[in-house]
Amino acid sequence: MQKVYIAGVGQVPVGEHWDKSLTNLSTAAVRSALKEAGNPQPDIVYIGNFLASSLSHQANLGALVCDEAGLRGVEGTTVEAGEASGAAALHMGYLAVRSGLVDCVVVVGVEKMTDMVGTEVQSAAVESGDTDFEGMQGLTYSGIAGLLMQRYLDQYRAPRDSFAGFPITAHNNGVNNPFAMYQKALDLEGYKKAPVVCEPLSLYDVPTYADGAAAVILVSQKLLKDKNKAVMISASEIATDTLAVHDRADPLAFEAVRISTENALQKAGLTRDCLDLFECWDTPSIYGMLSLEAGGFAERGQGWRTAAPENMALTGRLPIATLGGIKAHGLVPGAAGIYQVVDAVTQLRGKAGKNQIKSAQVAMTQAISGAAASAITHILRTA
Amino acid sequence: MDENLLLKPARAVGIVGYGVYIPQYRLPASEILRVWSGDEGGTPIKEKAVAGLDEDTVTISIEAARNAFARAGIDPLELRAVWVGSESHPYVVKPTSTIVAEAVGASENIQAADLEFACKAGTEAIVMAMGMVGSQMGEYALAIGADTAQGKPGDALEFTAASGGAAFVIGPAENSLATINAAYSYVTDTPDFWRRQHQVYPEHGQRFTGEPAYFKHVSTAARTMLDQLGAKPSDYAFAVFHQPNAKFPQRVAKELGFSKEQIQTGLLAPVIGNTYAGASLVGLTAVLDIAKAGDRILVVSYGSGAGSDAFDISVTDKIEERRKKAPSTQQYIDRRIEIDYATYARYRGKIVMK
Repeated sequence: MQKVYIAGVGQVPVGEHWDKSLTNLSTAAVRSALKEAGNPQPDIVYIGNFLASSLSHQANLGALVCDEAGLRGVEGTTVEAGEASGAAALHMGYLAVRSGLVDCVVVVGVEKMTDMVGTEVQSAAVESGDTDFEGMQGLTYSGIAGLLMQRYLDQYRAPRDSFAGFPITAHNNGVNNPFAMYQKALDLEGYKKAPVVCEPLSLYDVPTYADGAAAVILVSQKLLKDKNKAVMISASEIATDTLAVHDRADPLAFEAVRISTENALQKAGLTRDCLDLFECWDTPSIYGMLSLEAGGFAERGQGWRTAAPENMALTGRLPIATLGGIKAHGLVPGAAGIYQVVDAVTQLRGKAGKNQIKSAQVAMTQAISGAAASAITHILRTA
Repeated sequence: MDENLLLKPARAVGIVGYGVYIPQYRLPASEILRVWSGDEGGTPIKEKAVAGLDEDTVTISIEAARNAFARAGIDPLELRAVWVGSESHPYVVKPTSTIVAEAVGASENIQAADLEFACKAGTEAIVMAMGMVGSQMGEYALAIGADTAQGKPGDALEFTAASGGAAFVIGPAENSLATINAAYSYVTDTPDFWRRQHQVYPEHGQRFTGEPAYFKHVSTAARTMLDQLGAKPSDYAFAVFHQPNAKFPQRVAKELGFSKEQIQTGLLAPVIGNTYAGASLVGLTAVLDIAKAGDRILVVSYGSGAGSDAFDISVTDKIEERRKKAPSTQQYIDRRIEIDYATYARYRGKIVMK
């Protein structure tokens, strides 16, 4: 099996791009990633997307995205795994290069949320949960997260503020990232003052849906031109759990996260101590907490002690959301997993500016869909 | 910009008389919060004016027009046009303008039509009146912006959708209490807010109504107007911007370089709500109530769909004697009966009876 390298990354700033279409966004990300990689000829384009069929009434993105990006004729197809679609597309690209079948894959995550507004967006976004048993009952993405957070608070007697570390870390790190939608710092007082969105979740505990696109270029060693800039993918692991939360023996155990984290570490031959940073699924904040526990970074029920801002800050024991995470970026469902990888690559290249983690060599990224019905973990290393 | 984009009539024109009407009922925004969100959250304004059971866009227009004639001191028979801008004309087919024209005593030899352009239909009527008087096809024209705006119960717009209107007799500059030196309009196809045939309540694009809609059009219209005139914000004693809520006009004023003092007289949305086609024009009446001869006023409307009309206005010395001849806008604001949500629901026909 051949090694898989990320030779180029591209992204557009996350935001409400009223005046841009799906392909305006995807093309910008793809072309800038290809340019950075020295314009190799791609064999395949994998597109991470969750909601284009519902929100833009557009499917068949393989043809659309390839054609618009100047790649007519190239193999292209959509990969969907709810909010983790971008990471799932990356996994497919990884398999294609790793197997030796191809030498260059473009992976692009794209989502256009603002073609619709309000309840139309809400009812489309619940599709990452179980439609028959959750969505139909009016349980939204935030609604499920709210139930889990309430359960956590009851079961572990954790203080309500103990979730603040996730948005505080994300927002403080987003200040220096021009690609993040929110570039404003947050403190505990601001967190406490925020209005409740879905009891007990407040405004800072939930993501903001937004438009965006991010791309990475995967190459084999054969096509690797600049090894200094390249980052190697050491592991790419998808695991699944029950789709509906009520089917789980323990709703606070994110089994998909546990399995995918353990498999990824094992494949990469690493322990948790080796990680210099962890681009985790930091929002809803309860999902950040449950990811830390399921991933073995904290004891069950003790995550809230680990999740203190000082532990997760850039200089902490386990830095998360190092360039703003999903909370400060805005949640671009089809692209979030790629934005996470772009941020990790930026860190491993030593190009994170004021947010640079000192001599970062190993990074883990993790995207989850729904209430962690799927978890997709990638481990990246300097090449 | 070399191209001359300003609308300037061949004959100088102005406002000969103005009048306002604001219904007396007030629904505090806190009532809407109480009913729809368990008292939680903020409100975009303090309270809004609500039309009573026997009021609609026609009656509001007639009241405002009568006040305008009281100030203008002209015989309504001298009118050559009656134009009413609104998005709540009582009839979909059958004009508001003919009812108003006959009620105020206009002749039968006139132009009459209803205009619809969301919240800028009233200012568009003024531009048309400028054209008629400025071209000398007529001496006087009546331009009205009035609404009894619809807001879907529970929707964000329900806080602000209000009732009220203003009427302007446009005529030759030499008989005007304020001259309209120039107008400029900026319009694009921007679907931020709409109501289709047979729909009871309008729909809107949430945050899309902000940056790409209100702010783009209001600031482009204002900037183009200032550029073309070679004017700057400090040249104006007052500025009035369309006011769908309290925040938007304050933010656009700040971005354009206008001070709080310049906009506060005409900023009435916090206490009467958004009177749609009436909103910027009712604001202008409040300014004319206190302005002095020589004061310059900038007015910029905004209508969803979308467009803005900007006007450069100079107050003349005829203002002093004329403004006393009809109730002031402040008097209408002070004439206030607070109602609860149930009464509001009845008055505004929100209870389905059959």
